[in-house]
Amino acid sequence: MRNFISNLVASRFFQFYVTLALFIVLFGIGSVSFDGFFSPQVFLNLFIDNAPLIIVTVGITFTILSGFGGIDLSVGAVVALTCMSLAYLMRDTSIHPVWCMIMVLFIGTAVGTLNGFLITFFRLQPFIVTLGTMFLCRGLTAMISRDSVGIDNEFYGELAFWSLPIGDCFLSLGALIALFVVLVATLVLKYTSFGRGVYAIGGNEQSARLMGLKADAIRWKAYIISGFCASLGGITYSWIMLSGYTQHGLGMEMEAIASSVIGGTQLMGGVAFIPGTLLGVMIQGTILTIISFQGTLSAWWTKIVVGVLLCLFIVMQAVVTEHKNKLMNLKAEKSSKDKKHN
Amino acid sequence: MTVPQDSSAQNSPQDYILRMRDIDMFFPGVKALKGVSFNLKPGEIHSLMGENGAGKSTLVKVLTGVYQKTGGHIVYDDHEIAPRTPLESQQMGISTVYQEVNLCANLSVAENIYIGREPRGALHNIDWKTMSHHAHALLLEQLGLDLDVNQTLGFYPVAMQQMIAIARAIDTQCKILILDEPTSSLSDKETEKLFSIMRSLKQRGIAIIFISHFLEQIYTICDRITILRDGEYVGEYEVKSLPRIELISRMMGKEIKEDQIESNLDKSKPQEQVFLKTTDVTVPGKVKDLNMEIKKGEVIGLAGLLGSGRTEIAETLFGVMLKSEGEINIDGVNVKIKSPMDMMMNRIAFCPEDRKVQGIIGDLSVRENIILALQAKDGMFRHMPRSKQNELADYYIDLLRIKVSDREQLISNLSGGNQQKVIIARWLATQPALLILDEPTRGIDVGTKSEIEQLAVRLAKEQGMSVIFISGELGEEVRTCSRILVIRDHEKITELAEDEISTAHIMQAIAGDYHGHA
Amino acid sequence: MDMLKKFSHSSLALPLAALALLLLFNAVFVTDFFKIEVMENGNLYGRPIDILYRASSLIILALGMTFVIATGGVDISVGAVCAISAASCCVLLGGDISGVPQHPFFIAILAGIGAGVLAGIWNGTLVAKLKIQAMVATLILLTAGRGIAQLLTDGQIITVYYKPFSYIGGNIPGVSLPTALIIAFLMVLLVILLDRKTSIGLMIQSVGINQTASRYAGINVTLVLFCVYIFSGFCAGTAGLIEGSLIRAADANNCGLNMEMDAILAVTLGGTLMVGGRYYIGGTIIGAITIQTLTTTMYAVGVSSDRLPAVKAVVILLIIVFQSQKFKQMYRDYMLKRSASGQLEASHA
Repeated sequence: MRNFISNLVASRFFQFYVTLALFIVLFGIGSVSFDGFFSPQVFLNLFIDNAPLIIVTVGITFTILSGFGGIDLSVGAVVALTCMSLAYLMRDTSIHPVWCMIMVLFIGTAVGTLNGFLITFFRLQPFIVTLGTMFLCRGLTAMISRDSVGIDNEFYGELAFWSLPIGDCFLSLGALIALFVVLVATLVLKYTSFGRGVYAIGGNEQSARLMGLKADAIRWKAYIISGFCASLGGITYSWIMLSGYTQHGLGMEMEAIASSVIGGTQLMGGVAFIPGTLLGVMIQGTILTIISFQGTLSAWWTKIVVGVLLCLFIVMQAVVTEHKNKLMNLKAEKSSKDKKHN
Repeated sequence: MTVPQDSSAQNSPQDYILRMRDIDMFFPGVKALKGVSFNLKPGEIHSLMGENGAGKSTLVKVLTGVYQKTGGHIVYDDHEIAPRTPLESQQMGISTVYQEVNLCANLSVAENIYIGREPRGALHNIDWKTMSHHAHALLLEQLGLDLDVNQTLGFYPVAMQQMIAIARAIDTQCKILILDEPTSSLSDKETEKLFSIMRSLKQRGIAIIFISHFLEQIYTICDRITILRDGEYVGEYEVKSLPRIELISRMMGKEIKEDQIESNLDKSKPQEQVFLKTTDVTVPGKVKDLNMEIKKGEVIGLAGLLGSGRTEIAETLFGVMLKSEGEINIDGVNVKIKSPMDMMMNRIAFCPEDRKVQGIIGDLSVRENIILALQAKDGMFRHMPRSKQNELADYYIDLLRIKVSDREQLISNLSGGNQQKVIIARWLATQPALLILDEPTRGIDVGTKSEIEQLAVRLAKEQGMSVIFISGELGEEVRTCSRILVIRDHEKITELAEDEISTAHIMQAIAGDYHGHA
Repeated sequence: MDMLKKFSHSSLALPLAALALLLLFNAVFVTDFFKIEVMENGNLYGRPIDILYRASSLIILALGMTFVIATGGVDISVGAVCAISAASCCVLLGGDISGVPQHPFFIAILAGIGAGVLAGIWNGTLVAKLKIQAMVATLILLTAGRGIAQLLTDGQIITVYYKPFSYIGGNIPGVSLPTALIIAFLMVLLVILLDRKTSIGLMIQSVGINQTASRYAGINVTLVLFCVYIFSGFCAGTAGLIEGSLIRAADANNCGLNMEMDAILAVTLGGTLMVGGRYYIGGTIIGAITIQTLTTTMYAVGVSSDRLPAVKAVVILLIIVFQSQKFKQMYRDYMLKRSASGQLEASHA
């Protein structure tokens, strides 16, 4: 039994199992406590409501995974800038919404490129660089307009309200895109050299370089992906909000980081599992849903619960690492004892 | 006693896979390699020997492209090469397995072997199934390891990781395999396995450069030895025709003359009173059943090859490493140790071996570096006034003749010797009763070296301080110490006192041939 | 010339130059920028006073942050801790419209500061004892902090009508300087005292530069890290009181919002490197004032508060690029090349 637990803790998917169990428990609590909670649509709503956060979290996971203190604080601001640019383009120009969306995707990509350049070329700390670009994007958003700009383009509205019926239930376009992004990211990380390279440089950059990987190029790409995901997330965000506003996506970067960590990503880099981060977002969504079903609790309970979960996961990561080291030491000691006997 | 040199003239150049000629390597202010030669035949296991700072690792790094040589030629496979990056040398077929495993612990075993050249599937995707299959087969056939190759590398112990690193190296079709102290973390059984792997690689014509501190292993597995000393080439020998004692003497740079006692210094005469005594002190895997005592005013040396456990003993005495068994008595009182501070309170001071990492605080001034330990001992709130700090700093700068422009100069801008003096000053300022000097003269100029030696003796003589002097250079210990403990494999083998002390005796003791006074 | 060179290499050069540039800009473009008047009630009034006054809570936060960053860490929870502190204080005073406090004033103040210290102990435990990365460890309070503050205030914005509470963020009757400025001044004094009269500064820098060597020199690394985070919590608690008093309310959502970012910016602007090591108290203070001056200047020339971040961002990015090793290397290479080509020309002539 002890051995089993030991091996479970050391297993690659331990974190994922814990996250999955946590999600099931939370969803179970909701289902038992509230009538109408246990329904497919409530479950699907988790994807619909959190589509932007899912996409942004996938992006930020790439940067965390790439190590060297990787983080992308600019994502929330990029979401705001994207929404605002979309609203502005559709209000003040006659460019077709599809072209608008393609254009705003370049915004995030450009911010990601800038982040990646500063981080890899000048070897600056990602935290402070992306903090800078976060301020930049927020400021630029306000330069377009300080007030909320509504989106009333007909075609765009149709896109926003389009849904795919699944039996009695439905999924929005945003949710479908989010799931698609999760799928693509999982496959990229598992089956491409770039994906494995991100893991490698996050695990041990020096070794990765010795093994012939171009660490800088890989890391740069990770930031570009994060920027791209942020603007894609921004587009889906605008489908929910149908407006552009400076306060859109405020604090989203922290929600994304928290989701990622709860989903098993190690902030030291090198360890992450995209389906896990999806669960991380859904756990936050479930807490929100429970609170809204409950009716009397305030939304700020979410923050506290998420904070507590974050704390649990971070401490768990520390303990698991320690446990692994102890396991190693035990083995080492055993082998040194063998030495003595010989 | 002379040993026939295995002159390269007897072999035609084609016999060699690698010929390094007159390799020079200069760093700013330091000549790390001076005209070193190294020749390697296919299908041989060749050991590179030398004490710390002899230049082995520099030579290996020149070969693997970590450093670019300042002068000389490298002919590999009949072509002159000058690798600029480790990757470049790897692609030429020169693979290295380092002491600290250079793989990614967060990736699977199979990936670590195949990263960068993974088998591809129909969509140019990584074909995990084939990769796992190949990796499993490779490990089983080449190394006889039956592992779950999809498990994360970090899950396996370091010894296993080392094997996997070797698997990666030999699967990249290398012609030269460099093993840099691969055995230091392996058990005897694992080492045995590694050796059988090395033998089968040798059969296949791969040339292996083997670096190890264990003499036994050199004599078990190697065919030839190249010895370096102080960045210079000493010679190239057949293992069979080089007795151990000869090997040691060549590494240490002393011709063996029986009964020779080198003593230029008037040594300190120890007082009667014992300052520190250890009984059966053990640190698992580091120090074994250590029994020793130091008298007041005594300078004792710990002699042994690198990796023998001399540093570990010092670190245990200072509380950096915590003993699991045994007792340490100071002035006859059993002391409990939880941290270095406990030992500082017992008036023990320790100048660590690795000056850069463990000694200097680079961006602080000389003054701050000098007062640091005393201030730590006094506590944060018993702050030393600036005038007192200046006085103290100036006193030691003067006493130890530290060459600085002024006391506010950053310590990182000083030369190695002066940095070492600052560290010694830091500890003298705490008024210790026992001063442990671990390799205090490594990498510093001759003049400063002798100053430090004299200082050790003077402190013992004039202030009754006990001093433990650790040095890889036996001559130093012979000159300064009134007693020498010989350490091998983490154990004290013997003690040499007074007129027993000579480099010859120490080397014989290390080689295991010395049994008491002749 | 020599002095100029020495100055340009000193750590204060960059922040002072930035500040001077801003002041120059103000002197030219903003009328009556340097004018200080005495108001009818004896309070001083004018833009310079206003800048210092508004910079005071930032200065206090940045002081704590300086020590944290000097050890090679970072505390991103300070903004949220401000909110907790303000909430604790306001809850104890109560929102009674008659202006009668529920608990004595000094207990409320102690509670506010105590909340900050408690947060510091929490962060310190995670970083020093459990050895969790500083940013990760403080992320927890950043996420949960505002929730905790709302838990304390029960989700309400508690408005405090008790008069003395407003003195912290305003003026104590009869004192012509804003109280916040006085508190900031006292905190600076405290830090200078700590820096000069204890050796904690030496320990902090030593730990920040080389943890291993510090341990070998007998320094209790865990204790030093622990103290640093507690002090940062203390500073955040104090700043929280000022922030709360400014609006006479506990607003859990907006109190101290994004101030952690400004504090980090002030510290880096002051010349302390994010990797730890040497710290510069003077630089930090000037950095904080510079940021506030920048804000005030931008307002004065008509840039709105929500556009301001863009300007700030350009400043941050430029500064960190200038501070980077790579940039210095490039600059050195450029200078070498220039002097080499200069010599070449000279030899031709």
